[in-house]
Amino acid sequence: MSEDVTGIVVPIHLDYTYTPGVAASRFLRHIAEGNYVGQRCPKCKKVYVPPRGSCPTCGVPTDEEVELKQTGTITAFCIVNIPFAGQAVECPYVSATIQLDGADIGFYHLIQEIPYDQIHIGMRVEAVWKPREEWGTTTESIAHFKPTDA
Amino acid sequence: MRDVAVVAYSAWNGVEHERNEVEILMPVVRDVFDKVGLTKNDIGFTCSGTSDYLAGQPFSFVSALDAVGAWPPIVESHVEMDGAWALYEAWVRLQHGDLDTALVYAVGKSTMGDLLDVLALQLDPYVLTPLWPDPVSLAALQARAYLEKTGKTEDDLAAVAESRGRRVDRASGYIASPLRRHDCPPITDGAAAVVLAVGDRARELCERPAWICGIDHRIEQHQLGARDLTRSESAKVAADKAGASGVDVAELHAPFTHQELILRDAIGLNGATINPSGGALKANPLMVAGLERIGEAASRVLDGSAAKVLGHATSGPCLQQNLVCVMESR
Repeated sequence: MSEDVTGIVVPIHLDYTYTPGVAASRFLRHIAEGNYVGQRCPKCKKVYVPPRGSCPTCGVPTDEEVELKQTGTITAFCIVNIPFAGQAVECPYVSATIQLDGADIGFYHLIQEIPYDQIHIGMRVEAVWKPREEWGTTTESIAHFKPTDA
Repeated sequence: MRDVAVVAYSAWNGVEHERNEVEILMPVVRDVFDKVGLTKNDIGFTCSGTSDYLAGQPFSFVSALDAVGAWPPIVESHVEMDGAWALYEAWVRLQHGDLDTALVYAVGKSTMGDLLDVLALQLDPYVLTPLWPDPVSLAALQARAYLEKTGKTEDDLAAVAESRGRRVDRASGYIASPLRRHDCPPITDGAAAVVLAVGDRARELCERPAWICGIDHRIEQHQLGARDLTRSESAKVAADKAGASGVDVAELHAPFTHQELILRDAIGLNGATINPSGGALKANPLMVAGLERIGEAASRVLDGSAAKVLGHATSGPCLQQNLVCVMESR
């Protein structure tokens, strides 16, 4: 009697040349210069960062660029204790949604320079940039966010 | 049945290195709305055809909605198929009776990944995909079987390429025998959008709506060895059910030259002008090219140059699935 075939392994690998798009490319080039630049919707006036070139509410292009301050407010956070494949940061660490002053949408970054049990929603934070020679077209140009001194 | 018509169509295709899918789609959606003076607030139902495998990004179909604006919440659906099948779903949805307008769109960036590898994944995952057969090689098997059975030659294939505006070079080598470069579609990015409207609403929105008088789609065996690749029974049945006889213009979604011949045999298009747009041999944006065929055919009614037209879309390897949409002026 032959054995039942209960499973097969089929390795699949696909390569892509990823294009962030015009709006996100502009955002990333601004980051490489040390600036956080969002885009404002001409209809509802909301400011999106990172911008995606359109307002998902109104469905119109967001052409106007808005330079944002590098301070903001934590709107949600999570203490990550579980390692997983491809993890870039050592556990434990804090991932947070930060709404920059002047923006209408949060984005993700790390919170450091504070004991994790003291982090709370509503906490004021500011960007801590890496040394200038490490800046590039990536949000990793910012090392993390830390509580503002004020 | 409620009378549903195509009232507007817009499309763009080409090779795009800068813009992402949303940025390709947005001007197309805006243009199709401008043609009939509508905004997203006037649309009852929105349905899209895209593929996350093309973008290499899960939930890219959700991102694509940024081009429309989905707040306050809209009535919306998506098919992981060519936009022609999204149009079919929208047509069914409009039959429910409570909505009068629909937006159908498709977007695809075929150039971001290796399209031949991506398309190998639509095959049977146990015995076919592990061999990574590319769609050109599979089409070549079909073309070889077709030439052997019908006695037609590579010159007959070249004649199709020539009439679709391709530069024919019989001295060029085979990509996969018997197919040469001019027998195969270009790899294209693109987006297309159609507005559908019901009855009096359609008559308000444009002078000559392209009324859908028949629409049908059929599917054949997934396993290529289990069907006769030299003919298209599914296209024949869909065309018969949709009432394809007597059309002035037919836009056939035939990515390969021999597939146009197989479709012409199946649908029986006596005297019709075929693929005045150049069809998929000119531009073949995956997920979009089928909806483009319906839109291009409808445009001949909208501009008053034809009375009855046919748009055809295919999906899957070797014409596995076929959709036929027949439209007329009234």
